Amino acid sequence: MNPRLSQKIAFSLLFLATLLVVLPVVVILAIIVAKGASAISWEFLFSMPRDGMRAGGILPAILGTLYLVLGAVLFAVPLGVAAAVYLVEYSGNNRFSRLVKLAIVNLAGVPSVVYGLFGLGIFVIFFRFGASILSGALTLGIMILPVIITSSREALESVPRHFRTVSLSLGASRWQTIRHSVLPHALPGIMTGMILGLGRAAGETAPILFTVAAFYLPRLPQSVFDQTMALPYHLYVISTQVPGIPENVRYGTALVLLTLVLLLNLAAIILRSRFRGKKKW
Amino acid sequence: MSSKRLRKLKEWWIEKAILLSGIFSVVFVLLIFLFLLREGFSLFRGESVADFLFGKSWYPISDPPRFGILPLILGSLLVTLGAAAISVPIGLAAALFIAEIAPGRLKEGLKAGIELLAAIPSVVIGFIGMITLGPWIKNLFHIPTGLTALTGSVTLAFMAMPTIVSIAEDAITAVPRQYREAAVAMGATKWQTTWRIVARAARPGMVAAVMLGIGRVIGETMAVMMVTGNAATIPHSILQPVRTLTATIAAEMGESVQGGAHYAALFAIGIVLFVITFLINGVADLYLHRSRR
Repeated sequence: MNPRLSQKIAFSLLFLATLLVVLPVVVILAIIVAKGASAISWEFLFSMPRDGMRAGGILPAILGTLYLVLGAVLFAVPLGVAAAVYLVEYSGNNRFSRLVKLAIVNLAGVPSVVYGLFGLGIFVIFFRFGASILSGALTLGIMILPVIITSSREALESVPRHFRTVSLSLGASRWQTIRHSVLPHALPGIMTGMILGLGRAAGETAPILFTVAAFYLPRLPQSVFDQTMALPYHLYVISTQVPGIPENVRYGTALVLLTLVLLLNLAAIILRSRFRGKKKW
Repeated sequence: MSSKRLRKLKEWWIEKAILLSGIFSVVFVLLIFLFLLREGFSLFRGESVADFLFGKSWYPISDPPRFGILPLILGSLLVTLGAAAISVPIGLAAALFIAEIAPGRLKEGLKAGIELLAAIPSVVIGFIGMITLGPWIKNLFHIPTGLTALTGSVTLAFMAMPTIVSIAEDAITAVPRQYREAAVAMGATKWQTTWRIVARAARPGMVAAVMLGIGRVIGETMAVMMVTGNAATIPHSILQPVRTLTATIAAEMGESVQGGAHYAALFAIGIVLFVITFLINGVADLYLHRSRR
C-alpha cells in the first residue's frame, strides 16, 4: 500500500479510538445533566430526606461526604507530605527508600473494597471506633495517601537542586532549607495533589460501606463517632436498594456528586497548568 | 537552654517525624495484609485452602455453608478479560494519538478529558451503565436481563482506559527524540516512525500500562456490582449474570455475622484480591522501571 494512504488510514483509526475514550465523559455528563437538573432545588440541597428517601432533600448525604473528605485530608496531607519530604530530601536512593516507593505503588493498587475490609478490621473492630465518621475518614485517608505522596514528590522534585545548595551554603540548616527554600515553591503542586485526593475520597463508595455509611439516617451527625449518610453510598442505595424512587431524584443525586468531584478535579488541572506555566527556572 | 540548642532539638524532632512518615506507608501495607489475615484466617480451620479456591459452589448462608470461590474467580476473570479486550487496543491507540499526533492545544484538551473520565466516581458509572447500557444489551441480544458479564466488561473498559492511556502516553512521550529523527531522516513517514520505532521502543511502558489497567478492573467494586447481575454461579457465556470477587465482599459483608465463618470467608476473598493486585502492581512497576532506562 502507498505509505501516505496507509498513514491517513492509521491516523483516522487512532483518532477514532481517542474519540471513543473521551466521548463517554461528554455522554455521561449530558445524560446526567439533562435528566437530573430538574431535581436540583434549594430544598433538594438543603433539607432532610422524607418519605423513605423518595422526597425531600439530600442534605445529610452532602454534609456527610464533606465531613468524611475533610477528615481524610486532615489525616493524609500531613502524613503524605512528610513522607514525600523524606523520600526527596532525606533518603537519597537507599534500599529503604526503594521499599517505601514499592509500598506506595502497592497502596495505590489495593482495591477500594479491600480498604473497606481493612478499615472494618482495624478501626471499627480493633480500635473500637465502631461504624463512625472517624473510621470512615481514616480509611479514606489511607486510601488517598498514595495520591498525596506521589504528587507532593513530583512537586518537590521539580524544585531545582541549586535552591537547596544556595540555602545550605548560607548556613541554613537542612530543615530551614526545606521549610523556607523548597516547600514554598512546591506548594502549588502539593495543593494539586490534595485537591485530587479530595475528589477521589468524595467519590469512593466501597471503603465507606462497612466503616461509616448509613442507609437512611435523616438527622445530622453530632460527633466523629456517629454514622452518617454519604453521597456516593446514597446514590447506590436509591438506585439499587429502594424501589419507587423518582427518576429525577436519582439523577439529581448523581448530578450533585458528579459536580462536586469534577469541580475538584478541574480545579486541580487548572492549578497545575498555571503552576507549570508560571515556573521561571 | 540557648535558642540555638532549642532550635536544634526542634529540628531533631521534625526530622524524626518525617522519617516516621516515610516508614508509615510501609507499615500500612503490612497492616492491611495483617488485618486481612487476622480476620480471614479462621476460615481455614474448618476449610482447606484448595476447597476455598477451587470449590465450585458459593452458598454462604445455606446449612452447611459452602465457601468455594471458583465461580467468583471465574466471574472476575470473565469480566476482566472482556474489559481488557475492549480497552487495551482502544486505550493504546488513543495513547499513540495523544502522544504522537495530536497538536498542542488538542493534546492538552484530550489529556484533561481523560483525567476527568478517571475522576468520575465508580458508583456514577455503575448507575449510568445500569440504566442505559443494561437495557440496550438486553434488547440487542434478546436476553432476559441486561445485567450480564458483557455489561460489566463494557462498563469497566471505560474505567480502565484512563489508566492505560495516561501511563502508555507517558511511556511513548519518554522515547528519545533521536529515534524519531533517525527514522524520519531515513525516509520513513510519520506513521511508519510511530508504529515501527516509537511504539516498539515504548513497549515495556505499554505493558505496564495494560497491567495497571487490568489491576484497576479486577479491583473495581461498585460499578461492577451494579451492572453484572450478581449471580454467584459458574458462567457459561458472557451474556449471563456473574458475580465478581469484589462485588461479593461489598454485597455480603452487611449480612454476615462478625467473627462467623461467612465473615471470615469474605476477608479471605480480600486476601486473594490483595495478593492478585500486589503481584500485578509489582510486575507492572518492574516494567515501568525498565521503560525508564
